[in-house]
Amino acid sequence: MRLAQARRTGRWTTMSLADFMPRLFGQLPAIQVVLPMITAPLCVVLHRSRPAWTVTLAVLWTSFAIAVAQLQHALAYGTMSYHVGGWAPPIGIELRIGPLNAFVLVIVTAIAAVVLSGCRAALIDEVPESRHHLFFAGFLLCLTGLLGMTSTGDAFNVFVFLEISSLATYGLVALGKNRRALTAAFQYLVMGTLGGTFFLLGLGMLYMVTGTLNIIDLGARLAALDSGAGGVNRTVLVALACIVVGTGIKVALFPLHIWLPNAYTYAPELVTAFVAGASTKVAFYVMATFIFRIFGHELAFGRLRLDAALLPLALAAMFIASTVAIFERDVKRLLAFSSLAQIGYMVLGLSFASVAGLTGAVVHIFNHAVIKSGLFLAVAAMVITTGSTRLDALAGIGRRMPWTMAAFVVGGLGLIGVPLTTGFISKWYLVLAALEAGTWPVAVLVLLSSLLAVIYVWRVVEVAYFQAPPEDAGRREAPLGLLIPVWVLAGATLYFGVFTGATAAVARRAAELLLGGGL
Amino acid sequence: MLALIDVVLLAFLAVTAVAIVRLRDLFAAVMVTGIFSLLSAGLFTVMDAVDVAFTEASVGAGISTILMLATLAVTQDVEKKRWRRRFSPLALGVVVVTGAALVYGTSDMPRYGDPDAPIHHYLAPHFLEHTPDEINEHIPNVVTAVLASYRGYDTFGETTVIFTAAVMVLMLLGGAATIDRRRPGGGRMGANVVLRASAKPLVPLILLFALYVQFHGDFGPGGGFQAGVIFAAGLVLYALVYGPDRAQAIFTGRRLEALVALGVLIYGGAGVAGIVLGGEFLDYDLLAADPQDGQHRGIFLVELGVGITVAAVMTTLFLLFTGRGQPAPWEDRVGESEGTP
Amino acid sequence: MTLDPGLYNYWIVILLMMTGLYTVISRGNLVKKVIGLNVFQVSVIMFYVSMGKVEGGMAPILVEEAEAVYSNPLPSVLMLTAIVVGVATTAVALALAVRIHEAYGTLEEDEILEKEYGAAGPGAADGPVDDHEPG
Repeated sequence: MRLAQARRTGRWTTMSLADFMPRLFGQLPAIQVVLPMITAPLCVVLHRSRPAWTVTLAVLWTSFAIAVAQLQHALAYGTMSYHVGGWAPPIGIELRIGPLNAFVLVIVTAIAAVVLSGCRAALIDEVPESRHHLFFAGFLLCLTGLLGMTSTGDAFNVFVFLEISSLATYGLVALGKNRRALTAAFQYLVMGTLGGTFFLLGLGMLYMVTGTLNIIDLGARLAALDSGAGGVNRTVLVALACIVVGTGIKVALFPLHIWLPNAYTYAPELVTAFVAGASTKVAFYVMATFIFRIFGHELAFGRLRLDAALLPLALAAMFIASTVAIFERDVKRLLAFSSLAQIGYMVLGLSFASVAGLTGAVVHIFNHAVIKSGLFLAVAAMVITTGSTRLDALAGIGRRMPWTMAAFVVGGLGLIGVPLTTGFISKWYLVLAALEAGTWPVAVLVLLSSLLAVIYVWRVVEVAYFQAPPEDAGRREAPLGLLIPVWVLAGATLYFGVFTGATAAVARRAAELLLGGGL
Repeated sequence: MLALIDVVLLAFLAVTAVAIVRLRDLFAAVMVTGIFSLLSAGLFTVMDAVDVAFTEASVGAGISTILMLATLAVTQDVEKKRWRRRFSPLALGVVVVTGAALVYGTSDMPRYGDPDAPIHHYLAPHFLEHTPDEINEHIPNVVTAVLASYRGYDTFGETTVIFTAAVMVLMLLGGAATIDRRRPGGGRMGANVVLRASAKPLVPLILLFALYVQFHGDFGPGGGFQAGVIFAAGLVLYALVYGPDRAQAIFTGRRLEALVALGVLIYGGAGVAGIVLGGEFLDYDLLAADPQDGQHRGIFLVELGVGITVAAVMTTLFLLFTGRGQPAPWEDRVGESEGTP
Repeated sequence: MTLDPGLYNYWIVILLMMTGLYTVISRGNLVKKVIGLNVFQVSVIMFYVSMGKVEGGMAPILVEEAEAVYSNPLPSVLMLTAIVVGVATTAVALALAVRIHEAYGTLEEDEILEKEYGAAGPGAADGPVDDHEPG
């Protein structure tokens, strides 16, 4: 009703306090980021677990609502620019909300809200109660970083928020029960910091040759720079390499992925569920934004042949990771390698630099987030019942936890890309993009790698349904507090697999904008 | 002349860096890293980046060194010699290739000091010319104006980064309980008359200096960050000489947590005030009738927020690291002293 | 490709970066790695600050003189943030190192790997679920 009101007035500029709602909508880009950012210190001050959790959960769902509102606005009215501090870009920092990043905002906030809703059941025993408030603050800070990275239109600002979310993630990963979580977190920290520093270096070079930090402005100035000279500006070339390496580490693109399997495996399941669904997606968004908005399609793919570098790496990720997943004996590790393969799909879509390819990549951001988070939440439930994530400990779990395992099967089908699950639509667009580009062998490879997914998903299904559970084990379904979030995500996997219109349309719009003009 | 200093400093830095790689004694390596930071601070001063120099000296040579030493004290380790892999050709290869690529990338860069470089003709002139009229004519330090106002959102993020680090370290190292832990044998350094006599007047002077830096940041190098670090340094000195239990009496774990959060809330509050008063987030023009006064108030508030958070974070980090683990061997001799602390 | 000696600053800075990077990837001691990260980060900061210098300029603190030449304030602003990020990362890294030392008794990467995985090497079966949190 209020949104309809705003559409009738049609303008989202600042107004007097009497017109509060339209004003509020105009401030949403800032509120989206600032709300969790301020709630985190609030959690620290609140100190006790229950109040901190209540406040956090309320803020997370509010953030989701804000993101949905922003997406609706972006789809209806196009990109909105918000001048922080009242300073116009490029003097000041702007937030730019368009269809692509609004879509990412919705995904990230949804995953955060759904995952944390299950936390009382799953995680709380792992962290001593005296430190719950710190955990919630850390979770909110991770989310803040991701939201900030997505909303901003200033390249250096991306770095700052990247570090916020990264630091929070390193700490959250280290909370795992197994002491290997500590070394996993440390390894992640070292690689992540190297990535962030390379990103900063590349950004410095870009700033050096253009004089600006605003993303749109950088794109315009780089295009002007290159059209003059004969060859490609060497600094720009090296800057591109640094940015790709930096974001590549964060996205866990092969061969910079080494931190991911350990981090996902040893972190608490809920942390993995959130990070797997959100962090790499936002990093991918940053990569795509920088490549297409700053360097530009013509420079990156036309002259510098970035696709020649990205395509083989994506294919390697798809095949090598899927193959390793087949031989894994721990379900979390299996899913981690599966994630690496899925990231390969996204980068593959990006490397085509076509509408179909980018649509596939963007829609896969959504699909994989929903699928993977759901899978990891299901694993969290399994851990509560069996106490272990090793495949042999999960024998017969299909009979002990029918609902949980059913959700897992749905997610697995999504990973494979079976029609009627969300995974199918991504593969569809990727194959389409490959055929359009004339590289039909790549299309065949995409289908082949899906077969590999069948094998590793089948391994889990086989253990769960066709092996006998240990004798003393009875039926012990997951607590409702966890089962509901699991099925929300599994349900989304099915719903958006059947009704693909919405997500595909948004993705297509985003792809066209990336290739064409706006953000 | 300046060019000569620049060349010499860079040469020293290179030598120091190589020494860091090769040193196996970790205490020595940490000390040399401190020297590296100090030399970089000197370099930054030569390059006219005085705020950066100030911050690097206090943060890099100060806090980082303290944290590393605290880690070594808690872990008591020396880098072990590994006969097989002391020299790693793969690592060297990666580094050489990367370095070569970067050097290749420098060939299209404007030369050092070139006044015609693109970055000096776009945003910088605006900041330099318009700070007096857009921000406040009484804030000559343009870096503060840009940091706290034009790019205040970045600085809010920066404050949140340091807050995040505090939250993470609190979570990892045992939280308020570790800060409040009774430490055996504290304050033996106070038994040394020289230390006691010199620390006593120094600590209040350091704290005063920190306040000066905090409020003088508009006019010269300084500001919330450097001030917070210096303030924490004063507290750390006090804790080292007189024993952490005295510091713990005032700074309990819970209070420190609250202070750490308070600065961020002040900063965020100043920003939200902008929205509430009809403008954008972090729009200071609206904080007073006259935009110039508003900007001044806004900058004052956010710098205060930064200062509080940073001081609290650095103190928290120190107390957390030193509260963890067994005391080092030389601290074990409880009761042995030349006099009472 | 001409190598302008005016770029000497940047080459030394790149050398420092690579020294830091080498320390991170070749050394097995965790604290050494953190030190290497620090050196790498400070070198990137030097890179930014170097680009801000204007020949004959002074620090960007406005003075009365109308024709004064100032160096660029923007790289300084950005690098203040970068220094903060650096110390924040160092703090978290060292906290992890302290916890790792408590759990394994060592800070050497190969000793840790050996204690955790034994002769089998990484990727072997999960070790005992060790509640390494002393509380």
